[in-house]
Amino acid sequence: MTRALIVDWTACEGRGLCAGLLPEVLTQDKWGYPQNLTPGPILVPDELRGPARQAVRMCPRLALRLESE
Amino acid sequence: MTMTAMTPAPGLKMPPEGARLFAAPDPSQATHLATYGVIPDVTPAQLLEQVRMSGLTGRGGAGFPTARKLEAVTGRAVVVANGAEGEPASRKDAELLRRAPHLVIDGIEVAARITGAQEAYAYVRAEVVPNLRQALAERRPTVKITVVAATDAFVSGQETAVVSRLNEGPALPRFSRHRIFQRGIGDRPTLVQNVETLAHLGLIARYGGVWFASTGTPDSTGTFLTTVHPVTEPLTTAPTVWEAAHGLSLRQILTPAAGRPVQELQAVLIGGYHGTWVPLPVALDAPLSTAGLEQYGAGLGAGVLIPLASTACGLELTASIVAYLARQSAQQCGPCQFGLPELAQNFTALAAGRVGRGGVDAVRQSAGLVENRGACKHPDGTTRLVRSALRVFEKDVTLHEYGRCLARIGEPYGGAR
Repeated sequence: MTRALIVDWTACEGRGLCAGLLPEVLTQDKWGYPQNLTPGPILVPDELRGPARQAVRMCPRLALRLESE
Repeated sequence: MTMTAMTPAPGLKMPPEGARLFAAPDPSQATHLATYGVIPDVTPAQLLEQVRMSGLTGRGGAGFPTARKLEAVTGRAVVVANGAEGEPASRKDAELLRRAPHLVIDGIEVAARITGAQEAYAYVRAEVVPNLRQALAERRPTVKITVVAATDAFVSGQETAVVSRLNEGPALPRFSRHRIFQRGIGDRPTLVQNVETLAHLGLIARYGGVWFASTGTPDSTGTFLTTVHPVTEPLTTAPTVWEAAHGLSLRQILTPAAGRPVQELQAVLIGGYHGTWVPLPVALDAPLSTAGLEQYGAGLGAGVLIPLASTACGLELTASIVAYLARQSAQQCGPCQFGLPELAQNFTALAAGRVGRGGVDAVRQSAGLVENRGACKHPDGTTRLVRSALRVFEKDVTLHEYGRCLARIGEPYGGAR
């Protein structure tokens, strides 16, 4: 099951850690903020659940959470 | 008080014909009661059932079904009447509070009865705080109502901004993992309703849902307040506020406002600064309702109508609005803080005919960079306006890429500057 990665944009400062951990779904825009590679919500497939959780845990701004976790 | 079907309760009156919200000739409580009568003493469940039958939807812009919102809020709830009206092109909430403050208070009381709330706030533009206070002094409200002057900023009326302000925080949109109807003011379940929605609620509580739906269209019931701007010098001259029945055509509503044959209009911006451009004269006979505007990708929003003459440039007007919206970013979310100024810059360059071919691609690209990337709908509302302008003024966009302008096409070099 894919889950949405939710960004608290008021907290995010574009440090880029999440994009480094999830290059399959995320990149950084020109200001450094996480940008989805496909339009719409940031969807994390099952096989990337591990790095996604790591991104949530390690985000220096605590700006991430996985939907329904 | 007991009621039977045969003998109407004392104080009940027949519903007004024509104007509903604006039926009373003055804002006093005596005139209010003489016009509308009293609210019958019925149970919260009965009230909710009438709201369900009415089909009433939120009049603050989002158009969410009011009954569903009322059902979602339970427990030690708080009711908030939202009259912040941060949309600078809208005047209808302030006008309503000037002309019918008692209907809004009635609506707050009804919403409190349905949700079981003991406490309520009225968050309204500073200019109408005295009107509301005077109305409150004329009666003894059944629920404690605290009046708070709204911060004068575009985003101050966003639900999360209202709740933040009433929680003694800044009047800025907030990111929360909880929904406001679960945890809002003081972490209590909170119902935020636009003041016009509440005023309609005050009437539904008196005359019922069937009466409410007896005017309008099947998918957009009842009447709505609309702020109609004059064609000449739009956004700088005072607009007019009317109460209209859903289903009225753009032609009917724009004819008295336009001051010129409606055929001489090229478009109308519906819904305000976060709204959608709709092409004219093709859409002149489109009914103002959800179904009628759907084919143009538009919705009534908070009821703002800004008509555009065929002699004016829609891209220039849009550029000035986008520049304003960029300045109104709360500067909290990076993509909005940096992306909206860039979008405004690219759009302004296009409108000024400074960019050459590819100017429109730059606009689309910067629009894509802000969509879905904020704590509130400010970025998305801005790109909705931008994308509708590119669609409706498509021909003009191409001309502008060549440094020309449809509104000045009769001038030397097609209005090139």
